[in-house]
Amino acid sequence: MAEVLVVVEATQAFGVKKVTLELLTLARRIGSPSAVVLGGPGAAAELAGKLAEYGAEKIYAAESEEIDGHLVAPKATVLANLVREVQPAAVLLASTQEGKEIAGRLAVKLDNGLLTDVVDLDADGTATQVAFAGSTIVKSKVTRGLPLVTLRPNSVTPEPAPATPGTVALEVAATEADKLAKVVERVAEQKGSRPELTEASIVVSGGRGIGNADNFKLVEEIADLLGGAVGASRAAVDSGYYPHQFQVGQTGKTVSPQLYVALGISGAIQHRAGMQTSKTIVAVNKDAEAPIFELADFGVVGDLFKVLPQAAEEIRKRK
Amino acid sequence: MNIVVLVKQVPDSGAERNLTSDDNTVDRGSANNVINEMDEYAIEEALKIKEAHGGEVTILTMGPDRATESIRKALSMGPDAAVHVVDDALAGSCAVATSKVLAAALGTLNADLILCGAESTDGRVQVLPHMLAERLGVAALTGARKLTVDGASLTAERQTEEGYEVVSAATPAVVSVWDTINEPRYPSFKGIMAAKKKPVRTLSLADLGVSADEVGFAGATSAVVEHSKRPPRSAGTKITDEGTAGTQLVEYLVTEKFV
Ligand SMILES: Cc1cc2nc3c(=O)[nH]c(=O)nc-3n(C[C@H](O)[C@H](O)[C@H](O)COP(=O)(O)OP(=O)(O)OC[C@H]3O[C@@H](n4cnc5c(N)ncnc54)[C@H](O)[C@@H]3O)c2cc1C
Ligand SMILES: Nc1ncnc2c1ncn2[C@@H]1O[C@H](COP(=O)(O)O)[C@@H](O)[C@H]1O
Repeated sequence: MAEVLVVVEATQAFGVKKVTLELLTLARRIGSPSAVVLGGPGAAAELAGKLAEYGAEKIYAAESEEIDGHLVAPKATVLANLVREVQPAAVLLASTQEGKEIAGRLAVKLDNGLLTDVVDLDADGTATQVAFAGSTIVKSKVTRGLPLVTLRPNSVTPEPAPATPGTVALEVAATEADKLAKVVERVAEQKGSRPELTEASIVVSGGRGIGNADNFKLVEEIADLLGGAVGASRAAVDSGYYPHQFQVGQTGKTVSPQLYVALGISGAIQHRAGMQTSKTIVAVNKDAEAPIFELADFGVVGDLFKVLPQAAEEIRKRK
Repeated sequence: MNIVVLVKQVPDSGAERNLTSDDNTVDRGSANNVINEMDEYAIEEALKIKEAHGGEVTILTMGPDRATESIRKALSMGPDAAVHVVDDALAGSCAVATSKVLAAALGTLNADLILCGAESTDGRVQVLPHMLAERLGVAALTGARKLTVDGASLTAERQTEEGYEVVSAATPAVVSVWDTINEPRYPSFKGIMAAKKKPVRTLSLADLGVSADEVGFAGATSAVVEHSKRPPRSAGTKITDEGTAGTQLVEYLVTEKFV
C-alpha cells in the first residue's frame, strides 16, 4: 500500500496534537500512514508512542537545530525531498498557521495543487471544504500532482489503531534561503489547565455582553465546570476583555467543537464564520432578536448575570 | 525603504457570498467588493514605516478591472503609486498560479519590504506570503502583530498557540500582518482627491512573461468538483428567562450528556 505522509504537530504542554491523530485516522482510508516529525533534536522519540497508538506504520524523523531555529522553510525543504523520494499517495497536514505555511511552500516547490481547510477527504482524493462563513459546501480535487491537503481540527474522530513503526532518520539539508527567517525567542504564556481552543470539544465564549474583563471570570467558570476552552468575540477582544489569541471568528480561530456556548454574543456573520460548524450550539442573550438564536439548538433569552450564576450552581449540584 | 503592499479585492465578508454555478468561482459580480480587511493593516504599517524611515509605498493588486476601485481606495490612505496586474486569462487562478504572477510582478518592482495581509477573507488560505517568499528566495515573517524596522533588519512578534515568538530577518523580505498590529487610518478628503491623480500602472501577463496556460482555469492545480449551499441550521428550543433559565439550561446540557 502506498504511503501517506502525515506531518506531525505537537505542543510542549500536550505532546502530539489531536489534529495529528485525526490525520493518521484519515490517512488510513488512503494508504499506509507515515508520520513525519520535523523538530529539534530528540523530538521524535517523545512522540513515537502516541503516533504508534494511532496507526503510524513508519516514523520519519527530521531533527535539527536548523528546523527549530527558523520559521517553516527548512521543514518544507525536508518534506519536498521526502515526497520526491517515496512518491506518497497523499500529503496531509493540519490546517493551522504552520501547517498551511508548510503546505504553501511545498505546493510551490512541487508545482502541486493545494487544498486548505478541508473537513473530509475521500479515498479518491476528493476533499470537502466549508466556505464563506460555513454557508457553502465545496467538493474539490487537486488536479496537478498528489493530494496535498490541510485538515481543519475537529473534523474527524481519531481512532486508535496500534502499529509498531520503525523510525527513519531524515537528513536536514536546509538551503541558505531557508535560513533567512530566524526565531529569536519563543515565549510560552501560562495557559493553565484548559484545553487548546481549536481542539477543545467544548468551547464557552463571551462577547461584548460580558461587559468588562473582570466579568470574564463568569465565562471561565462555566468553561471550567464543563471542562472546556474559553473563547471570545472580536468585540470582546477589541474592548480588552480577553486576549486576542482566544478570538473566535473570521479573523480569529475557527472552532468546531461538540458544544459551543455563546454568552452575550450577537452572532454577527464574521463570528459565525468561526463556530458555525459546531455540533451543538447554546446561546444566552438578552436580545430575543439576536441572530445567534438562528443557530442555537438551545437559546436562553435573558440576562447572563442572572442566568450564568444559577447555571454554575446547578452544574456543581449535578456533578 | 521601497515598500510594496499586496492588496486583494474581496467580496464583503459581512454580506452573503456565493460561488457561481457556471464556473465554480467566487461570484464577484453580485457582491459588494471591498479591500481585504487585513490588507488595510498592511497599508497602514507601510505608511508608518515610510513616515519613520522615508521611502516609497506601492500597492500591488492582481484582479479584474473592477479592482481599480479598491486600488484607488488604497491610494487614498496615502501610498504613492499602484501596479494592477489585470488579464482576462487570470480568471479562475489558484493560489499556486496567483503566487507565480505576483512573484513575477514583484520581480519588476525591486521591493525591500513586501507587506501583505495574513489572510484573505474569501479564500482564507493564508498561504500566499510563504509561496511568494519561496518563489523570490527571500525571508517570510508571517502573522506579525508587531513589526520593528531598524535599517535592513526586521523584527516581528507573532502570536503562536503557546504564546508568542519573536522572529527576525533582513530585507528583502515578505511580512504578513495580523489585524492586531495597528489601527488603519481613514482616508482624508485630501487623500481621496490626491488618489485620483496617483499613477496606476497596469501589467498584462505578456508584460510579465507569464504564459496564459500557466494561470486561470487552464493552469489551475486544483478544481472545484461541485458546491452546494449548506442547509441552514434550524433553530432549536428558545426559552425566555423567568427565573429558572439557568437551571433549564443545565438540564438541557445534562440531556445532551455535556454535564
Ligand atoms: C472583516 C471583519 C472580520 C471580523 N472578524 C471577526 C471575528 O473573527 N470574530 C468575531 O467575533 N467578530 C468579527 N468581526 C466583528 C463582527 O462583525 C461583530 O462586530 C462582532 O462579532 C460582535 O461581537 P459581539 O457579538 O460580542 O458584540 P455585539 O454585537 O455588541 O453583541 C453583544 C450582545 O450581547 C448581548 N448582551 C448585552 N448585555 C447582555 C446581558 N447582560 N445578558 C445577556 N446578553 C447581553 C446583546 O444583546 C448583544 O446581542 C469581524 C468584522 C469584520 C468587518
Ligand atoms: N490577487 C491578489 N492580489 C494582491 N494581493 C493578494 C492577492 N491574493 C492574495 N494577496 C495577498 O496575500 C494575502 C494572503 O492571502 P491568502 O493567502 O489568499 O489568504 C492577502 O491578505 C493579500 O495581501
